[in-house]
Amino acid sequence: MRVEGTMLELMENGLKDSGAGQTEVVVIGERTRLTRFANSAIHQNLSEKTHRVTVRAVVGKRIGCATTNRLTAGSVSATAHRAAELARLAEENPDFASLPSPGPIAAAQTYFEQTAQSAPEERAQAVKKIAAIAAHAGCRASGSLMVTEMEIAVANSLGVRAHQSLTESALTVIASESASGLSGYETATGYAHWTGRDLAALDIESLARVAVEKCSAGRSPIAIQPGDYAVILEPSAVATLLGFLGWIGFGATAVQEGRSFLCDRIGERVMHESISIWDDGLDPRGLVMPFDFEGIAKQRVDLIERGVAKGAVYDSYTAHKEGKKSTGHAFPAPNPYGPGPSNLFMATGNDSLEGMIASTERGLLVTRFHYVNVVHPKQTILTGMTRDGTFLVEGGRISRPVRNLRFTQNIVQALNAVEAVGSQPELHEGCFCPALKLSRFAFTSAA
Amino acid sequence: MTELCERAVDLALRAGASYADARIVERETESLHVKNGKVEGLESATDSGLGLRVLVDGAWGFAASADLDDASVQSIAEEAVRLAQASALTSPQPASLSEVEPTRAAWQSEWRTDPFGVPMHDKIGLLLEADRRARQREEVKVCESALTFFRERKYFATSEGSRIEQEHLDSGASVKVTAIGDGEMQERSYPSALDGFHAAGGWEVVESLDLLAGAERIGGEAADLLTAPVCPSGTFPVIIGASQMALQVHESCGHPIELDRVFGSEASYAGTSFLTPEKLGQFRYGSKIVNIAADSTLPGGLGTFGYDDEGVRSCRTDIVREGIFCGYLMSRETAARLGLPSNGAMRADGWNRLPLIRMTNVNLEPGNWTLDEMIRDIKHGFLLDCTRSWSIDDVRLNFQFTTEIGWEIKDGSIVGLVRNPTYHGVTPQFWATCDAIASKEFWKVWGVVGCGKGEPVQIMRVGHGTAPTRFSAVRLGGAQE
Repeated sequence: MRVEGTMLELMENGLKDSGAGQTEVVVIGERTRLTRFANSAIHQNLSEKTHRVTVRAVVGKRIGCATTNRLTAGSVSATAHRAAELARLAEENPDFASLPSPGPIAAAQTYFEQTAQSAPEERAQAVKKIAAIAAHAGCRASGSLMVTEMEIAVANSLGVRAHQSLTESALTVIASESASGLSGYETATGYAHWTGRDLAALDIESLARVAVEKCSAGRSPIAIQPGDYAVILEPSAVATLLGFLGWIGFGATAVQEGRSFLCDRIGERVMHESISIWDDGLDPRGLVMPFDFEGIAKQRVDLIERGVAKGAVYDSYTAHKEGKKSTGHAFPAPNPYGPGPSNLFMATGNDSLEGMIASTERGLLVTRFHYVNVVHPKQTILTGMTRDGTFLVEGGRISRPVRNLRFTQNIVQALNAVEAVGSQPELHEGCFCPALKLSRFAFTSAA
Repeated sequence: MTELCERAVDLALRAGASYADARIVERETESLHVKNGKVEGLESATDSGLGLRVLVDGAWGFAASADLDDASVQSIAEEAVRLAQASALTSPQPASLSEVEPTRAAWQSEWRTDPFGVPMHDKIGLLLEADRRARQREEVKVCESALTFFRERKYFATSEGSRIEQEHLDSGASVKVTAIGDGEMQERSYPSALDGFHAAGGWEVVESLDLLAGAERIGGEAADLLTAPVCPSGTFPVIIGASQMALQVHESCGHPIELDRVFGSEASYAGTSFLTPEKLGQFRYGSKIVNIAADSTLPGGLGTFGYDDEGVRSCRTDIVREGIFCGYLMSRETAARLGLPSNGAMRADGWNRLPLIRMTNVNLEPGNWTLDEMIRDIKHGFLLDCTRSWSIDDVRLNFQFTTEIGWEIKDGSIVGLVRNPTYHGVTPQFWATCDAIASKEFWKVWGVVGCGKGEPVQIMRVGHGTAPTRFSAVRLGGAQE
């Protein structure tokens, strides 16, 4: 997969071939191996290898993009010509200033040879181990074990040259109780997930046990009335909310267009003082990526500092509009939706999950959320279901598993009602965050 | 290209596969995006490659590559077989495939004017004019409009002897505005939300939409919604407009009838289904007027094709008949588990993805009401349309939708706009209250271009024929303000 020599040569040719005033070539090479399992056996086992070459050509203030998945001299050259041809047909965009100029990019270890060499037989053995642990507890296992090898390279005619080889791996385990005759709402399930660049850091058996223990604890769930509850959100649930907040609120385009909750509130306290949120592509606790899809170094950007709104993330286009510098958060062109955070962190606290439960007179413990969506972006109202382990907490202990509930909640308001912040953060969905205890969270309907 | 598929299949058999199918897919996409009077995106994309699926000892393997030289095809065959052998180590229930007659065929969707040949100047001009008309009210701060054209050529061969070539052409357009004022924000879309309106066809699809009039209308509606009263909470009779009904059918019927979900294949990701096999032919899904069919032969539908990605011919299948659940979307493997023939619902998102059971065109059949008649019967209720937010649980029972716009109905007449309408329910209880469906005159096939399923996620293009539909008791509210 590591073919950077040839790839960079083709990119240089693409830059020359476009004939445009400015040209950018982005190549994403990817080899993904994914082993999916259900009912404790592999049912989908796949491998794919491809490249994506995107050329952005600029003629005056006219921009065109063309993409191919063929990494050959002829197709890269033809794609460059096509991008320039489209640029000449486009209308001028007066807000566009220039492709970015080069700057220093930090070195980062993002490629692990052993991960790249993962064999299908090893992944099958991992599934057998997980299935055995599940069977021992009367459960079935479902999930996926993914290993990806990637190369990302960005070059432009102003001198930007950025290249990174990466690996990424992830394991998701869902344990389901094996008893038949249960309806969807009555079947207990448990969840555990790990993701990282180095597969060697994965403890398969421990992860399987977490999912199985959740499932076992969730048997015979009771239905409870929806309403406002104190809630303890495990890191996976927090990560989902944080990821959505990043998407709808922390990108410069949303702020500039008046669609973000941050509009006109920079410098104000918008969340509880225990909440700090930032984006950092170089922190090894996340999925490290040192530059963005314009080849600009990712800066650490403080978004919320002790509850106070600090700012947003930028690409070169949105930065130019405010006379700022890009923070290195561009997505692949063309991208009318603008920049966004992709390595979010939330500050940890000193509280253990057990301590949060012990301090709760009546509330709910939520493992994770399912099918979350935005009800109102500016008001940061989200809705979604709980899934794979929801428990009633009474008198400082977990009293009963409960059937899944739907929440509909203003997330910024929820992050003003923080009572405790966990000390054991986890990485889920690109967000590294702790568990949170919130004094009030709105559950609006029940199964 | 079909010969190359044959070669891949042959290599897989030689490497030890008992069954193999190969697909070469070539895709061409053109997209234009205008935002606030500026052309922000103009893109042309091509994508092609070969995917090979094999069975070894009753277990599946799949390998795909964009490289189509001899060495790559040999490598794909060896890797697919090795993956299948690894799958077999975990002792899955051996796959057995329902019978299908080997077919040699060619199929092409219908279009009049190839949109890739329409001058770029005309396309950009249309979007810029739609953008201008949508932003006539000062409250409208953002307008995004887009055109997308998609062509796909597929070449398919199986070890059972099928050889099929197909070509699809889809076209679509969208305009979306955001109005902002006094801390409130409202969005409106035309012709529908979720990437606009798409259908099988050429430039004539865009011409049929009257994009300019629609853009002007939604600009005004978004501005008016800023000061409209919030939709109240409570239980009311509600008419759901045709475009929102498309997503209602999609989420609460289309996904739960996918038989792979029922058997647990998606348990770790999208979830399972409440429509378990013992309910087939027995379970009351909705009221007696509810008739739903899956139809991959429907003209204009994004889920229309000649043959699915297992070589099964397109067809129409009853899903709900007079309210009773009576059919699934099936693959050859899942159909065999029920002792049935496949109804051809296996579709893959490109050459590099494994076919999964996907929706085709899942349609709520029309009734015999006019919209005016449906409104006239309502003492106090609401008409809601155009999706803003959607969510449903992992067994497809508890759902909640927010629509972009709502109208209050009093004493049989529409009396004004309401903003932020949210409704929620539980699938069979909700459909049990269905008491009127508008007639064929109001019925339209909506294309959904962003249906996600599987890992790595596959995005599918599916269709839903719907008309405005009335439900006698719908729970409104639940969203905070």
